[in-house]
Parts: sequence; structure tokens; C-alpha cells
Amino acid sequence: MAGKLKIRVDQDKCQGHARCKSLAPELFDLDEFGNAHEVGDGSVPEALEDKAWLAQSNCPEIAIEVTEE
Amino acid sequence: MSDSASIMPEHPPVTDWVNDFDHTDPTWTENPFPIWEKLRAASPVVHTERFLGCYMPTTYQAVKEISYDTDHFSSRRVIVRDVRPEITARAPPITSDPPEHKPAKQLLLPPFTPDAMKKLEPRVRAICNELIDEFIADGKCDAAARYTKHIPVRAIAHMLGIPEKDGDLFIKWIHGILELGIKDDNALMEAVREMTGYFAGHIEQRKTNPTDDLISTLMNARDKDGNPLADEHVLGSLRLLLIAGIDTTWSAIGSSLWHLAKTPADRERLVAEPELMPLAVEELLRAYSPVTMAREVMKETTISGCPVKAGNMVLLSFPAANRDPAMFPDADKVVIDRKENRHAAFGLGIHRCVGSNLARMEMTVAIEEWLKRIPDFRLDPAGKVTWSEGTVRGPRQLPMLFGKAS
Repeated sequence: MAGKLKIRVDQDKCQGHARCKSLAPELFDLDEFGNAHEVGDGSVPEALEDKAWLAQSNCPEIAIEVTEE
Repeated sequence: MSDSASIMPEHPPVTDWVNDFDHTDPTWTENPFPIWEKLRAASPVVHTERFLGCYMPTTYQAVKEISYDTDHFSSRRVIVRDVRPEITARAPPITSDPPEHKPAKQLLLPPFTPDAMKKLEPRVRAICNELIDEFIADGKCDAAARYTKHIPVRAIAHMLGIPEKDGDLFIKWIHGILELGIKDDNALMEAVREMTGYFAGHIEQRKTNPTDDLISTLMNARDKDGNPLADEHVLGSLRLLLIAGIDTTWSAIGSSLWHLAKTPADRERLVAEPELMPLAVEELLRAYSPVTMAREVMKETTISGCPVKAGNMVLLSFPAANRDPAMFPDADKVVIDRKENRHAAFGLGIHRCVGSNLARMEMTVAIEEWLKRIPDFRLDPAGKVTWSEGTVRGPRQLPMLFGKAS
């Protein structure tokens, strides 16, 4: 089920801690340098909403934005 | 051997922590947490005349402000010491500032991604089990000397493509640089010289016989103009990987086992619920962050309302930031399944530890393999736990008894 949340990783803030990838591998991917970006267009399936918030609240650089559509 | 003239006078014991702090004082080495609490209660930034003048941010916020401000705070010196000799042996990117920092760091990042670490993981599991095989029948061991110390050395040697058996040499150099070197310039120079000579030999060998290890990766790297790196740059980065990759993770694994030895509830929970490991590792990293970095103040500025003046060093204590109750509820408690945890154990901003994924993997594997083979263990009351001094904090003697207490 498509949910209402959308995530976005701010590329200027991300420093590659990779905490999001570890907590929510379905929602985040890493580039060759280990910096994160959202999978696809950042839409969060309903079943993964908790994981989106968990990733957001563990990013040391506050680089993850979660918005409700 | 060190020339005694280069050894600084012993530091007088600290009586006024707020105005005269010293991170090499035995009281700090033994138990720094109450000291940090006292300093934080006094001010977000404190100062000491020791180390030729040095500030310490005491809150998460102040540590973050300094980490992000590469304009006023330089990384050219990353260890707070008694002396500030000319800068000769650089170790890019940790000692680099913008704009040199980014290209130097990008060269090192690809070999340390989580995916790259997955490939190394089976070797690290094997290393852990080889070590445990050596002492498990004794029913006890010094876990620092027999276990935690050897895991990062062997893992990084494996990555660099140098013999794992050279580990004792590396440990000696690192002790010279990170501990003795704070107060003894000759010990530091000697260690750097030996280490540089060692790696120069490995670089020369690879010029005629290329390999597929990390040393060759660095030698084959090209800068933005397509030129290979100078040998000095390759040597500097190799020095960094060795120094930064070893006693840091040794300390993190050691502190974790120390915590689990004296906290049966957390130990039993991890054995029963191994899926908690990722959260547990982050919480142990927060509560017992091993690494304190440094900056040099280049221009006068203000941090959390406190003026800081050029010419001073900054003791950038990520461990103290991670104990700030304004950032972490129950900051002084290990909450083994802590959900919200923006800890700064690997730094904040552009200098985020390049080896963080390696460290995490080694910690996870080292704790998992230990718990599988030795689910019950405790500190040996007949022994003494000792802690390293200065820049990296972790147990250097960790006597353990195996099995349930009778």
C-alpha cells in the first residue's frame, strides 16, 4: 500500500554515516562513496513508515527530511 | 629509545577541573564521566592553560558547532599535546581542511562502504574464532590483550595486504603516537619514522608487483587532473588508516565487552534477542565512544555564546557530547535498545570517520562471536581493569572469568 510519507536525503548534509541504510535498507541506498539517497522518488510504503521515522531520528547530520503528503 | 630531554615534565594533579582540565590526568583516565558532567554544568566551553592553551566544548551543541565550522577551526593538528612542533607528517584527509579535504577523502571512501565491509566480514569472523580458540579452554583471559586488541589489527592488515603477523609492530607504533606522543615528542617521531619506512617498503614492492589490496588501490588512484598521488600522500593516508583504524576499534570492542561483563541483563538480552545487535552497537558506541579529536583555533569566534581565541587548541570530545542529557534522555544509562540515537561517536560534519562502517562491522562480529562461544562471563575480581590515556579511551587490561558465577 502506498503511504502518505515521503523521504528525501539532503545531499549537502549527508556525510555517509549510513545509519539510514542500516535501519531502513528498503528506503535508502548508498552511492560509491557511501553517501545516502532515497530509493526511487522517496515514497514510503505504509508498512515502512515506522522505519522512515526511525532512520530520520538516527541521522547524526539531520540530513533526512520526512514529509507528509 | 626516547631522549629524556624531550619528555615534558609530569603534569601536576588537577584540583580545579573547570579552569584547569587535563584529559591525561589519572582521574580522567579512570572515570571521565563525572568530570564531563561538572564541566558541562559550568559552561558549554571550558578552557585550560595546559597544552599551551586549550578549550573543550562540553555539550553536544558546542561540539557540533565546532565540527561544522572548518573556517575558524583547522584540522591540521588533531591531537592535543604538550608541544606544537612544525607540521611535517600529514595524514590526509583527517589533517586536511577544505578545499583539500574532499578529494583526499573521496579516494578513501569506496573501499570502506558497507558493501565492501560485507566482503571482509567472513575473514573477521574467522579471526575472532581463531583468537577465542586460543584461550577458551583456560576459563578466563585478559580480553584486551588476547582478543579485542588483535581483531582490528588483523582486519586492517588484511585490507591493506600486509602480513597479519606484523600486528605487534603496528600496536607499538600506535602506542608511541597516541599515548606516549602526547608528552614525548621523540617517541612520536620515532614511531612515525618506523611506520613510514615500513610502508615505503610495501609501496616500492608494489611498483614492480602490483596487488589488489588497499595499498595498490591508493597507488592507482588519480587526482582530478589524472595524476597519480605523490608517494608522500599515499604514505600519509596509510599512516592514517593504521593509526585511526586500530586502537579506536580495539577500545570500542573492549568497552562493549566490559559493559556486558558487568551488566548481565544486557548480556542475556543480546544472547536471547540477537536482532537487537544493530541498536546495541550504536548505543555502546554512544555511551563509550572511544575517540576524542582536536582542532586548532585559527580565528577568533564564539561558540555557544563563549568567546574562543586563535592560537588555542580545542579538545573535541565526541564522548562528552554523547553523554549530554540535553541531547540524550538518560544519557548516563546504557539503554541497549535505544531507538533515537544521533550519537557523534564517528564525528559530525565533513570529517566523519572514514572507517565507521569497518568499525561497526568489527564490533558487531566481535561481540556476536564472543557471545556465541562465551555467553556467560564476568570481570575477574582478582584482576584490575586499566584504561588507555588521552585521545582514545578503552580498556587495556580486561581480566574476565568465563561461565556463570558460582
